[in-house]
Parts: sequence; C-alpha cells; structure tokens
Amino acid sequence: MNSALPPAIEVVGLTKAFGEHTVLDGVDLTVAAGSIFALLGPNAAGKTTTVNILSTLIRSDGGTARVAGHDIDADPFGVRGCIGVTGQFSAVDGLLTGRENLTLMADLLHLGRAEGRRRVADLLDRFDLQGAAGQPVSAYSGGMQRKLDLAMTLVGDPRVIFLDEPTTGLDPRSRRVMWEIVRRLVADGVTILLTTQYLDEADQLADRIAVLDGGRIVAEGTPTELKRRVPGGTIRLQLADAGTLDAASIAFPEGTRDDDALTLSLPGAGDIPAIREVLNRLDNRAITAQHLEVTTPDLDDVFLALTGPVARKAAR
Amino acid sequence: MNTISLALTDSSTMLRRSLLHMRRYPSMTIMLVGLPILFLLLFVFVFGGTLGAGLSVGVQQGSAGRSEYLDYVTPAIILMAAAAAAQGTAIAVAMDRTAGIVARFRTMAISPGSVLAGHVLGGVIQSFFTMGTLLVVSVLLGFRPDADLLDWLGLVGLLALTAFALTWLCVAFGLVSKSVETASNLPMFLTILPFLSSGFVPAESLPPGLRAFAEYQPFTPIIETVRGLLAGDVDAGTAAVAVGWCVLVALVGYLWSRSLFRRDPSR
Repeated sequence: MNSALPPAIEVVGLTKAFGEHTVLDGVDLTVAAGSIFALLGPNAAGKTTTVNILSTLIRSDGGTARVAGHDIDADPFGVRGCIGVTGQFSAVDGLLTGRENLTLMADLLHLGRAEGRRRVADLLDRFDLQGAAGQPVSAYSGGMQRKLDLAMTLVGDPRVIFLDEPTTGLDPRSRRVMWEIVRRLVADGVTILLTTQYLDEADQLADRIAVLDGGRIVAEGTPTELKRRVPGGTIRLQLADAGTLDAASIAFPEGTRDDDALTLSLPGAGDIPAIREVLNRLDNRAITAQHLEVTTPDLDDVFLALTGPVARKAAR
Repeated sequence: MNTISLALTDSSTMLRRSLLHMRRYPSMTIMLVGLPILFLLLFVFVFGGTLGAGLSVGVQQGSAGRSEYLDYVTPAIILMAAAAAAQGTAIAVAMDRTAGIVARFRTMAISPGSVLAGHVLGGVIQSFFTMGTLLVVSVLLGFRPDADLLDWLGLVGLLALTAFALTWLCVAFGLVSKSVETASNLPMFLTILPFLSSGFVPAESLPPGLRAFAEYQPFTPIIETVRGLLAGDVDAGTAAVAVGWCVLVALVGYLWSRSLFRRDPSR
C-alpha cells in the first residue's frame, strides 16, 4: 500500500434503486492504491450493484465515484481503459478455445499481433492453462473457466480489478489457487475490489473490509479491527469430574458451567495475560484442568452481529 | 485511435468472433439451411406438378408443371433462407446476452456499437451462405435463371439489403428475448410470412382479405423483384417498393436494437 498515491477508488454517497426497491442507500468507500478491499455482505446486500456501477456497466442514481482518477459518469471510457472485471458469472466465450478467448481480448485492446500473441502465451503459462489452450471453453471445469475469466481480465494490464465473488462455486483447492493468484496481483501493484460472502476469503485476502447490508456500509476496517468490535472470545476449561468442576466454578464465579460436558467457559479476550491469569488462579487453588481451549471471535461473529434484520433493527 | 478506425477495428474483431462461432457450431447453420431445402423439395416434388399446372394456361400436370413451379417458387424459398439465417442471428445474440460475455465487452474501452456490428455482418454473411445454397440447389433441380450481369448485380444488392434488414430486426429480437428459446421462436413469423405473399401462389388466387394482406406485406414486392431479376424482366416500381421496405425494416431494427442495447443490462 502506498499512502502517497491518490486512492484507486473513491465513492461518495452512491445510490441506486430499481423501481421502488432501493439497492444502494448512500455508499461511501475509499480504496487505497495497491490494496485489496473486500466488500462483504449477505445475498442482495448490493455488492454486485456496487461493482456494476463502478465498472460502468450500469449508472448510479446519485453520488459520485472516481476509479483510477476517472469520474464514472463524466468519463466512463477512461474508466474502462484502466479496469478489469471478473464477474460472478463467467464472462468467457464457450464456443471459442481458451487461446481464442484471450486473443479476442488482445485484439479488442489493440495490442498488435506480436504483443498480443506474447501476452496470451504468457497468461496461459501463468494460469497453467497451456495444456487446455486449444480446447473449447465449454469443456473446461468450473475452476478452469474462472481462471481463464481472470486471465482475460488481465490481458489489458488493468490498474484496478473488480472481482465479484470470484470463488463462488469453486472447490476448496481451486479457491486456494485463486487466492494465490489474487495475492500475486497485488504484489505487482494492482488495486483489487473484491466482493464475497465468504468471511474466510475476506479474512485471508483483504487489507480492509467493508460490511455492506441493505445498501449501506454498516462497518469498515481491517479484519482485526472488525473482529475487535464484536464481543466474544472465551477460554474453556475441560475438567476431569464434577468435584473439580465445582471447585473451578467457585474459583471463577464469572464462568458458565456445563455439567454434562464438564466444562467451564470464561468470557474475555483470549490473549496471553488472560490465559496466564487463568492458569495462575488454577495453580493457586490446586485445581487441575485437563484441557484448555481459546476461541477468538471470527468474522462469522462479526457478520452475524452486524448484518441481517436483527442487527438492522438494533442500529435504529 | 479515432472513433471511426476504432469502430472498424473492433467491428472486424467481433465479425471474426461471429464467423468462428459459425464454424464451431456447424449444426446451427445446417439446421438453418436444411429447413428451406426441405420446403423446396416438398413444394417442387410433392405439390409442384399440380401447382405449376395451375399457374398458367397450357401447362400440363406432372413434370412440365413441376419445372414451371420450380421457377415460380425459387425466389420465395431464397427469402425463406434469408429469414432462417436471421433467426440464427437472433439465437446468437440471445446466447451472448445470457453468457455474460457482453457484460465484459461493456466494461472494456471498445467501440460500443462493435458488438452488434459483428453480429450483423456475420448474420449477413450467413444469410448469403444460406441463400446461395438454396439457389444452387434450385439450379441443380433444373432452375435456369435468365438474368444478365446487371440483373445479377441488382439481385446481389437487393438480397444484401434484405439480409441486412432482417438481421437488424432479429438482433432486436435477440436482445428483447429473456431466453434463447424465445429468441429462437420470435423470428418464426418471418419464415411463415413468405407463405402469405405472392411467393408460393399468385396473390390473385387468394381470398379477398388474405389477398389484400399478401399484396401489401413487405415480402411480396421483395419476392416479385427477385423473381423479376432472375427472369431478366424486373419492374422498377416494385423494386423501389422492395428497397423502401428493406430500408424501413433495417431502420426500425437498428433503432430498436440500439435502444435495447443501451438499456441497463440489469433490468
């Protein structure tokens, strides 16, 4: 990330409604150049609409947005020259081969014959598609299609890339391959706006996350900041028998006991001082715990706490 | 790159894509060209012997009638082939819409009209292929055109204009259809319309209401002009009406397609 550069994406007060139905209700976003920004949200939160507007596919009703320095309303052609989009549904030509798909992109970007051929060969290599390059894309697996889709996005060397749910429907191995590719792109200085409904994906990839729900940004920050906003985190002690559990619950009156499982759950942050405090107290009272388990809040907790009808009502 | 050279470069790239599609999906072209061939054989060999005898006085039923009817029906079948090819364009446009690749094109810095231009140019070429095939089949069956060089040039010009008009109309059909199935069914009436013209039987032989329809619908002047050009005896007034209809249909198809294509793809 380079804070000296102007932001790659700047969005202020973006609104969009389809008929009576408001999809975006004043979205503000700033994405630093060379970073990965994840737009996280449940289905129908407005993620794809945001990407469609920023990639000039549809127009907003209100608000302003600049992508790579170009205003999306005043200079959509300028925006298109700087961006690459890999949508939720693969935008490949099923009747053409992998190589022909990439060549089509090179031709539309006016790269010239020699340069186009060089880039196509390079991308086929980089995405490990050399072997299938001559086969029609309709015969590709889902993971291969998605790789080709992203490779097509990269033919033009875009500075800003929109990835709309890039791993939806992929098996775990293909997802990891995708993640690795995305990380390498950012290492080259590209800015990525990623939408996802997978929390682990945002956690793995993003420098910053905005949680979108009902057309509004309900939270924004680094993954760590977001996790900190949600209470949670427990230290759970596993005890040998009912007697030890009794002794432990006297030592830790704040704990919640589970008589069937013989466990005692202690609220609080699962950091080292807290664990040391728990161990010290156990030692002082000569209580032996068989097992200690620390759980920290994950983005699932953040997601459930911040989105959905209950969270929306609580915010009001 | 300036706007015009951008449009030309991108349109030719899109045309290459359309032609690749036709090569990769030959069963579509075979289906499009197969139906008019079937109709030609059916009308010449099953109905032709009798229908030909009814066309003019003195023609005997049987092979004399059949050869007379082959001459008469060939222009209508050629138009049917143009309509079939246009139906192929509607299907190709609808397939693009649902495949999501057009959304990708829209986010690229390319000439906005090139996507449709590629379809139209590809469609006209496919039309010429189907129409040409039907003309060749007709000749193989014994059809002998009586056209001179000027007539042939006029024929190529008129058929190009007709194909252009039908293709633009079918691009709009492809864009307005929510599914590929609808896009395939919507242009069906274009294949039926030649039946309700002077293409298969003279309009004068039809009952009054139908006759009025046949005399004023666009396929009749186009078929009459094609017939005239092939026979080396064309009526300038009818040709002008045919050209007028083509220009009108092309314009409607173009403007409709343009407004559909500019519309938010999300709606």
